[in-house]
Amino acid sequence: MNFLNDMRFRAFCYQIGAIGLVVAVAWTMFATASDNLAKQNIATGFGFLARQAGFVISETAITYQPTDSIARAILVGIVNTVKVSLLAAILGTVLGLFVGVARMSRNPLLARLALAYVEVLRNVPLLLYLFLWYSLIIMVFPPVKQALNILPGVYLSNSGLVLPAIFVENGAAIFALFICAGLAAAILIRRISQQRRLTTGKPNHGTVIACLALVLPPLVLWMLGLVSFGWDIPQAGRFRLTGGLHVRPEFVALLFGLLLSVSASIAEIVRAGIQAIGPGQWEAAAALGLHRSRVMRLVVLPQALRLIIPPLTNTYLTVFKNSSLAIAIGYPDLVMVSNTVMNQTGQAIETIAIFMGVYLSLSIAISLTMNWYNARVALKVR
Amino acid sequence: MKQGFLAICAAATALLAASVAQAGTLDAVKARGKLVCGVSLATPGFAAPDDKGRMQGFDADVCRSVAAAVFGDGDKIEFVPTNINTRFQALQSGEIDMLSRQTTQTFSREASLGLDFGPTVFYDGQGLMVAKSLGVSSAKELTDAAVCTLPGTTTAQNLSDFFRTIGGKFELVVFESPDENRAAFFAGRCEAISSDRSDLASIRAVANNPDDYIVLPETISKEPLAPAVRQNDSNWRDIMSWSVWMLMAAEEKGITQANVDEMLKSPDPDIQRMLGVTDELGAMLGLDNKWGYNVIKTVGNYGELFERNLGEKTRLGLTRGPNAQWNAGGLVYAPPFR
Repeated sequence: MNFLNDMRFRAFCYQIGAIGLVVAVAWTMFATASDNLAKQNIATGFGFLARQAGFVISETAITYQPTDSIARAILVGIVNTVKVSLLAAILGTVLGLFVGVARMSRNPLLARLALAYVEVLRNVPLLLYLFLWYSLIIMVFPPVKQALNILPGVYLSNSGLVLPAIFVENGAAIFALFICAGLAAAILIRRISQQRRLTTGKPNHGTVIACLALVLPPLVLWMLGLVSFGWDIPQAGRFRLTGGLHVRPEFVALLFGLLLSVSASIAEIVRAGIQAIGPGQWEAAAALGLHRSRVMRLVVLPQALRLIIPPLTNTYLTVFKNSSLAIAIGYPDLVMVSNTVMNQTGQAIETIAIFMGVYLSLSIAISLTMNWYNARVALKVR
Repeated sequence: MKQGFLAICAAATALLAASVAQAGTLDAVKARGKLVCGVSLATPGFAAPDDKGRMQGFDADVCRSVAAAVFGDGDKIEFVPTNINTRFQALQSGEIDMLSRQTTQTFSREASLGLDFGPTVFYDGQGLMVAKSLGVSSAKELTDAAVCTLPGTTTAQNLSDFFRTIGGKFELVVFESPDENRAAFFAGRCEAISSDRSDLASIRAVANNPDDYIVLPETISKEPLAPAVRQNDSNWRDIMSWSVWMLMAAEEKGITQANVDEMLKSPDPDIQRMLGVTDELGAMLGLDNKWGYNVIKTVGNYGELFERNLGEKTRLGLTRGPNAQWNAGGLVYAPPFR
């Protein structure tokens, strides 16, 4: 028999051919590009990353000075991107869950309201919402000089929300250690109590004890005087408030835009998940005498979760990628920092390669995490 | 951003697609029958289409002067609006023949971006504009203020440097779109807005009440705006440079769009050489000998360009300042035509 007629061998050859073609095309493109760049005396390579950045970034979650390197500036952008997408994903999931359940409510007003919410948010491009939220913040709230003093030390203006910041004056290390220890103890206690509940079938006070374990160690530490806190109270400067914690309007507008849009998608996913659970489950739970809200919480939602996870992964990826719209309203995310770097160094190809690489690897990380979680909660065939 | 990104991709593709011609831009332009010139998207006074769709502005007229030098016709030209992020790629990839887009000549651009700058056509500097009601008279008082700006190369860096020298901090708010930038400033999100002084003048011109705003006296950077061409084509660079110098020299010699025909009879040997009455200057550049006449006839001299697009009678209302002729206390100085 001729091995050319072997299906497996032929499939193998096609695959090798396809990979070879991709590699050859990529290599030709790379070689031509670098050849052309060299011919035109255009600087190439990633050496510029070590140069001094020289520009200020208004919102930094890690310490950063204009004298730091360009690589550090890009890192600040990455952290900002992750910060806003993570918060939007978490808050959006919680909100979306409620809206999705409300969509299934037997109360017509609530169900219609949830429907309107979903449709209004889903059917307008996110970019327009970002412009809308940002303009609203800028136009509705007064300039910083006439900031609304809503609580002592809390100011609201079109330059954002300023809060008094709390910081650990001394004993930061031991304080962090006790918090970690408390967290570990709480998780352990909760696990043991659940195990016991499964074996005995009787409710116990595991959750309360776990909460105590979480709160008590730092509290005791503070009462013993081993750790002390200070307040950073905002002060009126000549132009704006200095000190305290600043929540900037660019961040708020982006967070709201992302979280509202993600909550609308998640509401639909949740609704689909709930509807996919057979009516038999509802009836069986009702026959056991469970109230409708408990049927939802204890019987339907846990089963719906399995169906919800895969589309949820897609939604999270979308939030993460959509956060790049930040550039339109002045939030210094990865794309905005990269743009400044691109302008400054003129090395567009390298800079774009970096930010595409970052988006790609973080997206893959999100997918892998969600797939792992999906595998964990998936229906086990025994 | 999307647009900018697409443009970058397009530029990258162009870089990848084929080897770019190194020399002979003049031949390529002549063969094509028109000059392709990269300008701003829409900056009143520098490059913006008028109500008939014709590109108007100082930068646009600089392009026209080169088209006139090559073809004797300032309308054999195609304007390509370029994004601030991709302007250099557009030039490098051969998408445009020259870039005339309020671009600052700097060392690193000239040394590492594969381009050559022509003469400075506008001496600019970065400034700051604030609302009069703020009661500020110097940029040095702006410590802790918020400053709105565009993600320009030098803008953000100059501000950082300036506030570092005065030992103050500031909040930088960067917008991708000029409209958002202006709107945020006018709504009071920032105390100050920073850009080149010429650009601040055009921002002020669109305010509801321009008199409510003042440009502070400090100039925190030098921004010599110059047109640029691809590197390694000195003939093409010469054509661009000397077309610009022709505009400047014409003002110095008193040649205007209106009197250029009479000037053909001028006894001044400089003028005779410039307008191609004697000598063969045009041929040395590979151009028609009447190139100088064509340039002035098409767009006028440097002073006329300035007054028409940027001067005190326009919405921008700029004074000549450093852009006056060298013999009138300015920096505009054309080398001799001989």
